[in-house]
Amino acid sequence: MSAGTDRKANGQVNVDGNVDSKPGPEVRADLHIDTVARAASHPDEPQPYAELGMKDDEYERVREILGRRPTSSELAIYSVMWSEHCSYKSSKVHLRQFATKAPKSDALLVGMGENAGVVDIGDGWAVTFKIESHNHPSYVEPHQGAATGVGGIVRDIMSMGARPIAVMDSLRFGPLDAPDTRRVLPGVVEGIGSYGNCLGLPNIGGEVAFDPCYIGNPLVNALCVGLLRKDRIKLATAPGPGNKVILFGAGTGPDGIGGASVLASATFEEESHAKRPAVQVGDPFMEKLLIECCLELFDADLVVGIQDLGAAGISCATTELAAKGTGGMRIDLDLVPLRDPSLRPEEILMSESQERMMAVVTPQDVPAFLAVCEKWDVPATVIGEVTDTGRLVMTWRGETIVDIPPGTAADDGPVYERPYHEPAGQAALNADIPRNLPRPADLRATLLQVLSSPNIASKEWVTSQYDRYVRGNTVLAMPADAGVLRIGETLAGAEPRSGGPARGIALATDGNGRYARLDPYAGAQLALAEAYRNVAVTGARPLAVTNCLNFGSPEDPEVMWQFAEATRGLADACRALGVPVTGGNVSFYNQTGTVAIHPTPIVGVLGVLDDVSRRIRPGFPSAGLRVVLLGETFEEFGGSEWAWVAHGHLGGLPPQARLDAERALAEVLAAGAARGWVEGAHDLSDGGLAVALAESCLAHGVGCTVGTPGIDAFTELFSESSARALVALRPEHFDAFARLCAAKDVPFQSLGETGGSALTVSGVLEIPVEELRRAYEATLPAAMD
Amino acid sequence: MSDARVGVVTFPGTLDDQDAARAVRHAGATAVPLWHADRDLKGVDAVFLPGGFSYGDYLRCGAISRFAPLMDELIPAAKAGLPVLGTCNGFQILCEAHLLPGALTRNAGLRYICRDQRLRVENTGTAWSNAFEPGQEIVLPIKHGEGRYVADPGTIEELEASGRVVFRYLGNPNGSLNDIAGITNETGTIVGLMPHPEHAIEELTGAASLDGRGVFTSILKQLVNA
Repeated sequence: MSAGTDRKANGQVNVDGNVDSKPGPEVRADLHIDTVARAASHPDEPQPYAELGMKDDEYERVREILGRRPTSSELAIYSVMWSEHCSYKSSKVHLRQFATKAPKSDALLVGMGENAGVVDIGDGWAVTFKIESHNHPSYVEPHQGAATGVGGIVRDIMSMGARPIAVMDSLRFGPLDAPDTRRVLPGVVEGIGSYGNCLGLPNIGGEVAFDPCYIGNPLVNALCVGLLRKDRIKLATAPGPGNKVILFGAGTGPDGIGGASVLASATFEEESHAKRPAVQVGDPFMEKLLIECCLELFDADLVVGIQDLGAAGISCATTELAAKGTGGMRIDLDLVPLRDPSLRPEEILMSESQERMMAVVTPQDVPAFLAVCEKWDVPATVIGEVTDTGRLVMTWRGETIVDIPPGTAADDGPVYERPYHEPAGQAALNADIPRNLPRPADLRATLLQVLSSPNIASKEWVTSQYDRYVRGNTVLAMPADAGVLRIGETLAGAEPRSGGPARGIALATDGNGRYARLDPYAGAQLALAEAYRNVAVTGARPLAVTNCLNFGSPEDPEVMWQFAEATRGLADACRALGVPVTGGNVSFYNQTGTVAIHPTPIVGVLGVLDDVSRRIRPGFPSAGLRVVLLGETFEEFGGSEWAWVAHGHLGGLPPQARLDAERALAEVLAAGAARGWVEGAHDLSDGGLAVALAESCLAHGVGCTVGTPGIDAFTELFSESSARALVALRPEHFDAFARLCAAKDVPFQSLGETGGSALTVSGVLEIPVEELRRAYEATLPAAMD
Repeated sequence: MSDARVGVVTFPGTLDDQDAARAVRHAGATAVPLWHADRDLKGVDAVFLPGGFSYGDYLRCGAISRFAPLMDELIPAAKAGLPVLGTCNGFQILCEAHLLPGALTRNAGLRYICRDQRLRVENTGTAWSNAFEPGQEIVLPIKHGEGRYVADPGTIEELEASGRVVFRYLGNPNGSLNDIAGITNETGTIVGLMPHPEHAIEELTGAASLDGRGVFTSILKQLVNA
């Protein structure tokens, strides 16, 4: 026997597409079904729309659209589809700037609005990538919350027709020594690890940061990147009347339907459904099967349209597929394979059970489609078909319970221009400048203090729990500034260009909540600038952007101001850097009571290397290299790691975003890498030059001796001015690279040489690399083990 | 190049099969995909069971895979002398199939660990380790949550006495008895190890080590000399 045959015993797999649909014995005769007919004949029955999060006028609009009150199932659909999470009703008016201000880009094949954007990287290859939040579930149940966050974003990537090839994640927690961090952090890391590791996706980077503002609102933003041939992009659409709608993957159970239970109990007052769990539970093995199954379906060209089931489950998949297709669809909810046969239709519609996909398939391809699913032990069921009626019609127990124009749920949700104004304390915060903070006398002690602070210290405790090698294309992974993957061998049958080098992609995510708190416009730009710079220091050309915007409540005008400023800043910076936003996600309501998190825009940047073997290595790869600082240093300590660690200070303004300088820096790094002139590199960010030097020494255990040419060693070492990077050059390439930098107006400052077993800043400090290592590596294990 | 054909098995949930096939090709042999549900070894000269989470490893790791139809063919063939390598989940499957003694249990620290690991090659007489020097110290990545090798004292004593410990950890990452990272059967044809030689074969990718190549060079030498 095999587990495969076992799985079939539960009655979910149906090679012929029919289901042994047992009428649920639990349906009690005294429970009425709220049918469309009944909604018409009982127009004034009170409905629990407020409990489902709908406003009075939103409910009235549904009644207007339908010309009657909605059935309870229709109410379930509209309430989830018009939720903030699915409709972006508060953010839409601001997100539009990403399109209206978008720079011209030949690389963008699919832009915002689809499951994920798609970028042309050359040679017929396309890459799709997206970052998404799973913050609230990860606080409630860290392991499952984080695991299903990975699962969800991976399915988004699959639904574009791509093979997922790597993940990364951006995490924010309360203070490292807070008791709840010891609950949340290990659970989140284990959840990401167990799910991603079991899928066979290398985890190639991301960030972890700590701040008191995240103590009741940790952030778990998961990014996935996928690879496909550019002529094989799939979209979420359901064209062609008569085509079949197939639900495949895991069964539908009572996961994540807290909302629906309100509905069920309020509508069916007699029924006492137990409280439903709010957090979904993941099955990465099923997801792995789903990946391989989908890829085989795509290869055999058996799919007309495809959509993953994420938030709002079947409600979302059916309305979106239908709205983007011919406009009509008929679904028989009795055919949905259930893990719990007592589920009511409202619950089936809202269930967020994981590892499910929906495909639109021509009738003649259905047997072949089901055969592929059977090979991978993936249950698959025909649950309906595409129509040309312009209506989404659903039946349950033979009765019509849904009959709506699908576009009204999917696309025509409410749009709010929420009021906003600058926070009351913003001016005072900006006036509290760090210039007044006492400067340290002992820079050696200061470096060790900053290096061992939770935000800077080694994250190996986290990243060693992730498989970074699987699939065999990982060129760089954490703690490198960006993850780098070889492209070309990744899909079956695809070889590197004949005789030519393999391409590569680089990916980085960044975000600094403190900067954004001081100035959300600049903070968002700095997040983009840092991710862009991190990609550039690998030698890659930055191409495209994804973002996850984590904020407090949009109903708070001060939070909304932060959001408006951050989106405006990001859109302006994308234009300045010439990299378009391809997609992303907004997470609101990250707050405890009235206290919101720092505004935390997380930005992911994708870059491409035409020859991945030319990538720049992290830090100082060997002795005898010239150490050069690129970019200019100003006295900028607002929101800096030093101000926070040494003085617990957050005030003033963040470093200035110098986007022209970032662009020039990226150009010299890409050109230098392509010519093989740059041996090693590291960007300057939190902790400034001092931390960059220390991390560069730690990367390969190679010391260095450098001078600080300026008069103020403290500012030179710890200021966090943007648009700077450290490079290590072979002496024979020094002059050529210096000329390249001069031609592009990139400030070029020779600092010294690599070698020895200590980090020496002449006349200022000398720290053995092993001492740096102890300071850098001890912090997380000491707090977590 | 060589005419050698090395089968690479894919179970549902196998993850390192692409890497395993690449390592086989890199060494100059032909990688032949083998599917768990087929009772067909396709006439291969050797078999590689790669890592992963076969069937999700929700039960004991490898406990379900041993019952796959392919294993009905593989187990007798291995007993008759077909060279078989199992890495990570593959090692777990070989133990569950009783082709190798002992078992792999939860890491001592209870956490999954991915890191480059130093090892010592203890036995260079097997089909999969003959290209190394006796006592050679190498680096291969590990990436597992259940890699702690355990067996009853008699088995451990017998493995040690007969030189069947092939790879030993330098700096035990998971609490394995006697620092055991890999073992072999009585005849040296079957080898199981937790580390991943297939992730240490290229300068550009994977671990900062090329030591994994030795494992694949070994099997080619073995097959040429056979």
